[in-house]
Amino acid sequence: MSHRQVADGLLPEPVPVRFVAEDGTAAPPAGYQGDHPAGYGAPADDLLVEAYRHMVLGRRFDRQATALTKQGRLAVYPSSRGQEACQIAGVLALRADDWLFPTYRDCVALVARGLDPVEVLTLLRGDWHCGYDPAATRVAPQCTPLATQTIHAVGMAEALRRRGEDAVAMAFVGDGGTSEGDFHEALNYAAVLRSPVVFFVQNNKYAISVPLARQSAAPALAYKGVGYGIRSEQVDGNDLVAVLSVLTEAVRHAREGGGPFLVEAHTYRIESHTNADDATRYRDAGEVARWEAADPLARLETYLRGRGLLDTAGVEAAHEAAEEYAARVRDRMNAEPETDPFELFDHVFAAPTPQLREQRALLAAELSAPEE
Amino acid sequence: MTAMSDSMSESMSAPPATTPGPKPRPEPSRSTPTRQPRPEPVAKAKAKSKSKPEPSAPVPASMSMAQALNAALRDALREDERVLVFGEDVGPLGGVFRVTDGLTREFGEERCFDTPLAESGIVGLAVGMAMGGFRPVVEMQFDAFAYPAFEQIVSHVAKTRNRTRGLLSLPMVIRIPFAGGIGGVEHHCDSSEAYYAHTPGLKVVTPATVEDAYWLLRDAIADPDPVIFMEPKRLYWAKEEFTPGERRAPGFGRAAVRRAGGDATLVAYGPGVPVALQAAEAAAAEGRSLEVVDLRTIVPFDDESVMASVRRTGRCVVVQEAQGFAGVGAEIAARVQERCFHSLAAPVLRVTGFDIPYPPPKLEHAHLPDVDRILDAVDRLQFDDRPDVLHLSGGAAS
Repeated sequence: MSHRQVADGLLPEPVPVRFVAEDGTAAPPAGYQGDHPAGYGAPADDLLVEAYRHMVLGRRFDRQATALTKQGRLAVYPSSRGQEACQIAGVLALRADDWLFPTYRDCVALVARGLDPVEVLTLLRGDWHCGYDPAATRVAPQCTPLATQTIHAVGMAEALRRRGEDAVAMAFVGDGGTSEGDFHEALNYAAVLRSPVVFFVQNNKYAISVPLARQSAAPALAYKGVGYGIRSEQVDGNDLVAVLSVLTEAVRHAREGGGPFLVEAHTYRIESHTNADDATRYRDAGEVARWEAADPLARLETYLRGRGLLDTAGVEAAHEAAEEYAARVRDRMNAEPETDPFELFDHVFAAPTPQLREQRALLAAELSAPEE
Repeated sequence: MTAMSDSMSESMSAPPATTPGPKPRPEPSRSTPTRQPRPEPVAKAKAKSKSKPEPSAPVPASMSMAQALNAALRDALREDERVLVFGEDVGPLGGVFRVTDGLTREFGEERCFDTPLAESGIVGLAVGMAMGGFRPVVEMQFDAFAYPAFEQIVSHVAKTRNRTRGLLSLPMVIRIPFAGGIGGVEHHCDSSEAYYAHTPGLKVVTPATVEDAYWLLRDAIADPDPVIFMEPKRLYWAKEEFTPGERRAPGFGRAAVRRAGGDATLVAYGPGVPVALQAAEAAAAEGRSLEVVDLRTIVPFDDESVMASVRRTGRCVVVQEAQGFAGVGAEIAARVQERCFHSLAAPVLRVTGFDIPYPPPKLEHAHLPDVDRILDAVDRLQFDDRPDVLHLSGGAAS
């Protein structure tokens, strides 16, 4: 086998895999509604409709969380508006017994996975813990340090494999995160160990303010896999059908013993990095408008309507459900959260050290002292 | 790293100079107590002579610290199938210090395996495996080579229990051969314990005896929290009569009085303990009775045992090999004076390495706290009621 043939087995398609064009029609050149020529299968129709409902709800949730931040109910919120195809496909490609290792920008994926939205927002609300039960949900705490969770996913994949489970681990990571050393160590470890893990890069083009061109000179971030011996693919990240198709193949590959798989989705962060950021300082409105026109939700809706899988009643039902969901989130988030300062000492270790017990008592004395 | 480590293991395969705690002491290196520092050449010559093997000392040697650590790993692997061992060169080679010798052969590559050369990856992999129900025991090949893993250790290993409100624990052990005294080249002799001890959520352990090496490692592996297990390299070859079996070692988190005494307390840990014991032996020859407390675990810190000893003796010298500034010894000294102020007859003093990057092999004897430096500090504990002038002048402690 030539070097070229070896690389061909690992390299991504030269252009991102796409099933649906920006106008919602089946993508040229083949105009396929079936499988992609590169071998990626078309997702089932009912799964696409389910994905649509999740995307509507996810976008509404994201808007609600942004509003809650402006009202002071959240300390900070990193929006994923514009990335819903990635958020939803990433979750729908997984089984309930697979593990997900998300970043701080993946709240929409977590609520799509069925986690309690208030629990998901716990950390961003300003509390000290992740809010949900990672073991019960098989979702690791949303990771604030960059790319450190990618190697945890490899470790979990190894744990699952050694326990004889056929579950996989999927790590979400951003374009900026691919510059971190841990991302590279994770790819290398996964390849050497042949771990059942999928690395899913949501390339939203900006790491806070730094554009992709200053992040990497790779032809695409998906090319980073070949050097480690990892099969890789790039996909149109605003095409739900394509992202779901490629991630489903990646998960199958990992689950069936093929080793790790790297997927890069080309998408765009419509909002600023967080509410505390001002994106107008580093990118122009025209660029944002061009990506607004490539909206993943509108594209899927047009595609499903065109194929007769969705009608106006279905669209309205999805939006109504999303409104009800958002109202419940709003009501619950408007209640002042109960925080217990003494619990800060409880989970540093399995049992507090004598020193932590002393400090807890000191804080108790401070808090019970009469105000002067 | 690999090439250097290989050559080091070659040169270090012979038993080293340093003697373990219970071994018979060398002749006291001091002749007369004096408040003035001894002329340098004499002190250094003594330090050097101290580092030669003592063929005259018959030791009922049954097990070295490295062998005890190996036995602890072996027994843990046998008793708990969740225990895994991995790191750089820990497989067929058995580790550059041979602590994992034979484990791959006995337990197979699934239980003891070599990883790619990337320390953040080793620790991050262990985090994921611990989340997945295993109990990884990973090796950082040398102190300074653990630094690439620092973010994983501080941001994830230490905090995961807390940031999941106790729902996810990370029972894992990070073994780090540390400190000097073996003629290691740069980046191979750092005393890095303070970085870890300063991080909430980490337990930090360092054995000073063969028995403790075995039991503290067993305790660390069984512990529900992550443990940074720091192995004093120069004690790897120290031998003691020890057979794993019936436990005599104190519980995890408890200090041990290694030598009882009434005039002053020497508080030490890890590589500092044998030196403190030698100093106590030398002091005894001069008629001064020193108690030696071995912390065993830096975190959790056993205030109770340390304070009980200092309240009894009224004087305290803290001994650490690490550079002094902002070190573990500074914390101990502060705690002692906060809690024992009214029992103290003199300021708490520290005997430490200097605030310099770890020196090269030919000069490490000048850096390492030795018997003389400890005894000089003991002399300054105001036994004759005169104030200690060394640090009152505002100038250098010449």
